[in-house]
Amino acid sequence: MAERSFAKEVEHLRLGDGETFKGEAILAITKGLLQAGVSYVGGYQGSPISHLMDVLSDAQDILGELGVNFQSSASEATAAAMLSASVMYPLRGAVAWKSTVGTNVASDALANLASGGVTGGAMVIIGEDYGEGSSIMQERTHAFAMKSQMWLLDPRPDHGRIVDLIQKGFELSEASNTPVMLEVRVRTCHMHGSFVCKDNVRPAFTLDDALNTPRRDLQRIVLPPAAYEHEQEKIHHRLPAAINFIREQGLNEFFGPEPGTNESKVGIILQGGMYNNVIRALQYLGLSDAYGDTKVPLYVLNVTYPLIDSEIEAFTRGKDAVLMVEEGQPEYLEQALNTILRRRDVATRIHGKDVLPMGGDYSVEALLNGFETFFEKADPRALGNRPPRPDARPVLALPPVERLKSVVPARPPGLCTGCPERPIFAAMKLVQEDLGDHHVSADIGCHLFSILPPFNIGTTTMGFGLGGASAAAFSRSSGKRSIAVMGDGGFWHNGLTSGIGNAVYNKHDGVFLIVDNFYSSATGGQDILSSRAPNKTRKTNNPIEKALRGVGATWIREVDHTYDVGKMKRVLTEALTTKDEGPKIIIASSECMLNKQRRVRPIEAKAVRDGKRVVKQRFGVDEDVCTGDHACIRLSGCPSLSVKHLDDPLRDDPVAAIDNSCVGCGNCGEVSEAAVLCPSFYRADIIHNPNWWDRFKARMALSLINFLQARRERGRFMLETI
Amino acid sequence: MMRDETVKLRLDPAGEATERPISIAIVAMGGQGGGVLTGWIVKLAEAAGWVAQSTSVPGVAQRTGATIYYVEMMQPSGGRLPILAQMPTPGDVDVVLASEFIEAGRSILRGIVTPDRTTLIASSHRSLAIAEKSAPGEGIADDSAVTEAIGITARRSIIFDMNALATAHGSVISSAMFGALAAADVLPFPVDAYHAVIKGEGKGGSASIKAFDAAFARTEGKTDEADADPAPAEQATPLRRPIPPRIAGLLDCLQTVMPPQVQPMARAGLAKVIDFQDVAYGSLYLTKLEEILRLDVELAGESKDFALTFNAAKYLANAMAYDDVIRVADLKTRSTRLQRIGKEIGLGPGQLFETTEYMHPRMEELVGLAPARLGRWLRRQDRLYAWLDRRISKGRRVRTYSPGWFLVLYTMAGLRRFRRASLRHAEEAAHRDAWLTLATKLAPHNYALGVEVVKCQRLIKGYSDTHARGLSKFDRAMSEIRRLAHRDDAADWARRLRETAVRDGEGGDFDGLIQTIRSVA
Repeated sequence: MAERSFAKEVEHLRLGDGETFKGEAILAITKGLLQAGVSYVGGYQGSPISHLMDVLSDAQDILGELGVNFQSSASEATAAAMLSASVMYPLRGAVAWKSTVGTNVASDALANLASGGVTGGAMVIIGEDYGEGSSIMQERTHAFAMKSQMWLLDPRPDHGRIVDLIQKGFELSEASNTPVMLEVRVRTCHMHGSFVCKDNVRPAFTLDDALNTPRRDLQRIVLPPAAYEHEQEKIHHRLPAAINFIREQGLNEFFGPEPGTNESKVGIILQGGMYNNVIRALQYLGLSDAYGDTKVPLYVLNVTYPLIDSEIEAFTRGKDAVLMVEEGQPEYLEQALNTILRRRDVATRIHGKDVLPMGGDYSVEALLNGFETFFEKADPRALGNRPPRPDARPVLALPPVERLKSVVPARPPGLCTGCPERPIFAAMKLVQEDLGDHHVSADIGCHLFSILPPFNIGTTTMGFGLGGASAAAFSRSSGKRSIAVMGDGGFWHNGLTSGIGNAVYNKHDGVFLIVDNFYSSATGGQDILSSRAPNKTRKTNNPIEKALRGVGATWIREVDHTYDVGKMKRVLTEALTTKDEGPKIIIASSECMLNKQRRVRPIEAKAVRDGKRVVKQRFGVDEDVCTGDHACIRLSGCPSLSVKHLDDPLRDDPVAAIDNSCVGCGNCGEVSEAAVLCPSFYRADIIHNPNWWDRFKARMALSLINFLQARRERGRFMLETI
Repeated sequence: MMRDETVKLRLDPAGEATERPISIAIVAMGGQGGGVLTGWIVKLAEAAGWVAQSTSVPGVAQRTGATIYYVEMMQPSGGRLPILAQMPTPGDVDVVLASEFIEAGRSILRGIVTPDRTTLIASSHRSLAIAEKSAPGEGIADDSAVTEAIGITARRSIIFDMNALATAHGSVISSAMFGALAAADVLPFPVDAYHAVIKGEGKGGSASIKAFDAAFARTEGKTDEADADPAPAEQATPLRRPIPPRIAGLLDCLQTVMPPQVQPMARAGLAKVIDFQDVAYGSLYLTKLEEILRLDVELAGESKDFALTFNAAKYLANAMAYDDVIRVADLKTRSTRLQRIGKEIGLGPGQLFETTEYMHPRMEELVGLAPARLGRWLRRQDRLYAWLDRRISKGRRVRTYSPGWFLVLYTMAGLRRFRRASLRHAEEAAHRDAWLTLATKLAPHNYALGVEVVKCQRLIKGYSDTHARGLSKFDRAMSEIRRLAHRDDAADWARRLRETAVRDGEGGDFDGLIQTIRSVA
């Protein structure tokens, strides 16, 4: 069960010819795949393409009608290898992942696929997670496209254009026997827009057809001498075929004054994805209107690899200078452009990273600054009398705004309210107080937030599922042991073999902590092998523990309620101090609170409405007992645990306070008990629709309590009355 | 002849001053419903036949981090669709909606709030960042800096507690912000269109409409409602009883003896001490405070607003009302607590509640309760002490309002009358006297230093380990202060010692400071 239900969006996938789709681009892409007649779709979830996986996962009925096989792949490598179905058969297939991380994982399969080539259209939807808001290292997928020779589509951010390029991309793939990548950036994936649909297409040649009449061709398998032939094919057959197709179909676009009507001395070549921001930047300079009617000739590369030399020559020849707008580094396109013009002896000057930033987002502001410099150099008259451009710099230089910088605190991401991983790291922090600091290798997933305040635990992260593997060098300890953290998502992605299998085989002495929250939570709560909920279309409920035993692990401890901080602490301490050999593996399991609340809340609310007895829990702080030290917060960081000022002149510091978003997970109480903090936390059990026994008990207890309280309060004067 | 380049330049604008789309940035924290609000705004524009585009960056910021949503909208022109940008450009944003006050400040730092264009709609409530919460002591950002910056950067600002308003109407903040946006009249759509968008959502619609309408009215200035819940907060008024003569006597004495600057603090201190123990204890407090005042007068403290007495009034009360088991049990068994918790958890009619306390008593606390001589003897019996500790020191879940546990707590609270014979009290009294003696010894030579010593009591707070750590920091601070008391700048060093000690281990380096002091002094 994913974090979001896509029941409504699924209906969009049924839209027919002439109807208008409105929604996120990533869902438009999903619709585009069905319109292109894919036979199979796979992929691995992750921002920004998670919604593609989620919506297809919820769309099993439609996929069934169309005969499309959809899989949530075990990893990006699995997804890439899935494309091999298109090698021998005229089957169209698409896979999707977050890049470059997913492409890194998939590269082995991709390189093999690209070497042998394809018969049916094979497409990788690349969610390019680059720039502000990205959660990964800043790299470009462009390099992969070039090194394996896969065509790279970078469509203009417009739903219609993107969907059209999916169709054309498959045709290109088939015309040139080469897999293609369709790159969409983060903001484009989550961009709301619309396009006019076509009917979905049921593939003419089906997966069954392939299975029932299998074919093979030794020439398509990557093994010498075929592998040498593949390289020659790439150069002499596939590349020219692709160039022809791209040129004939007009995949790249030209905007601006008609050639000959206006002798433009300059022009701009841009990646398709940059188009919208380029138009806005030109508009600020008075060189375009809001509808894209530009005075500057634009050559929009909806295909950024391969480049079409003849188109480039035609665009640049006769111009004084051309600006290459290429986000990210190194500047592959700018280099290629220079080579092309040099070979064709075109003297047009090429600008690019000399006026635009080498790295980072090409925001409108960055483009605007670069364009100004470019036009100053190449065609100052184009700027006319320079209408005022938006500029926040004078405002940012005002002293009160300057002062804000030191006031506005950083707001890093953190674990959600009630997250079951919080008590694990609280326990780790407490254990480290007893046993000293340890080397901790972290992994990718929600648990990586442990590296941030308040926990500050974890030294490295080497990739998804590689938390265990990245402790490999520390396999023999004489004193302190290394601790490797890994999530259940990473565990099934590859951690079982790369981390645990490796540790068992090499007799690693360290501690391996597997955080099992029943879902692939960081990517949106998708099901995985060890998920506990029944799933109609997948086989879940495969315990991690059985897999561990299967690869030969023996020292395994399971904590099936992570909120038990005391137990968590004892188990960690045992793992760090036991004399037993081999990897010490702890599985800490509790359900992701975000998913649990989504599951349980409606059920509870209904029960309360129906008059059934329901007990809800939440925590609170006795403000007069709390002394304002905030040690509890340094072991929690829960969004619902905050601080507040009391109206008491005797108090210097704000006291802890818990707000109504508390879900009663228990961490606060457990931590204050395990760390011997203070007795100011209480848990309130709120009984909705109490039965007669509850009411009777409460009445009896209260009459005693009231009697005792009245007795004591008669004899003394309370604070408030003075 | 000189060439005049300027004549040849075209001076007309290269293009017409073209129409730009309306741009709206929503700055929020992940999981706060920024996506819902964004969706509503898009629907609003589309329903009116406009083209609207929204973008967001869900990634990791989704998990409680700061994030931004961006919407642009524009009418199509003669069949041509506008090309809309994917991120806000500093200096060119029409509306910024901030779902939290510091996030409004962050949006100003991004340059998207500028005086020529931007209407800033922000909720004034705070959701504290982790650094603000986890700082030992005070770490909350001073949001007056945000107010000041809004004043000079926003063309217009609409600021009120939209979170409280929404909650009061059983809805979430996005409804209230949508209402404020409608009332701000920056978008060319009628209110009915906003209503239609919310109604289109179906579930939860009526609560959302109520919050929307309330925010709309509030923004238009028709009501003041919003900052608190609609019903006036019920004051838990304790029974007004005539003040007993003994307490009245102490209050009279306080009023006649204490200078006016000190009186409010002394009253609060007196109340706390009496509440902690009894009237006699209050009398002791006042006596001690008078002694300090006498010294203060001698030292011409009036010119310093009686800083010594003022701070002593505060910290002496805190020192005398120390946190012990008896006090915790006392606070947990009071009748006012039941009412307060009921209110905090929003107890509805017909609902019941129970509470569970998480206590971890140790042998230290038990010995502290014992009569002083017995306690000291016990401490010397290492093996017995350890044996007892093993039996006592464990986490205990106490069901406060079950008859059995309540009786236990009630009895513990009742030990108050034996408190002054306890070991803990003897130790606290000794500590208090040593501390005040040092302060009164230093004050005649260096008034400011005396005041700083009084303030050092702040270091001692909390329970168990926290308390022990605080005490040790206090002791080290005191010994350093003694060492440097002869210096002219001793008060300044003492202040730095205290402030660093408070933050020790969390951004403060107490040991480092002590070493620095020793190297220079």
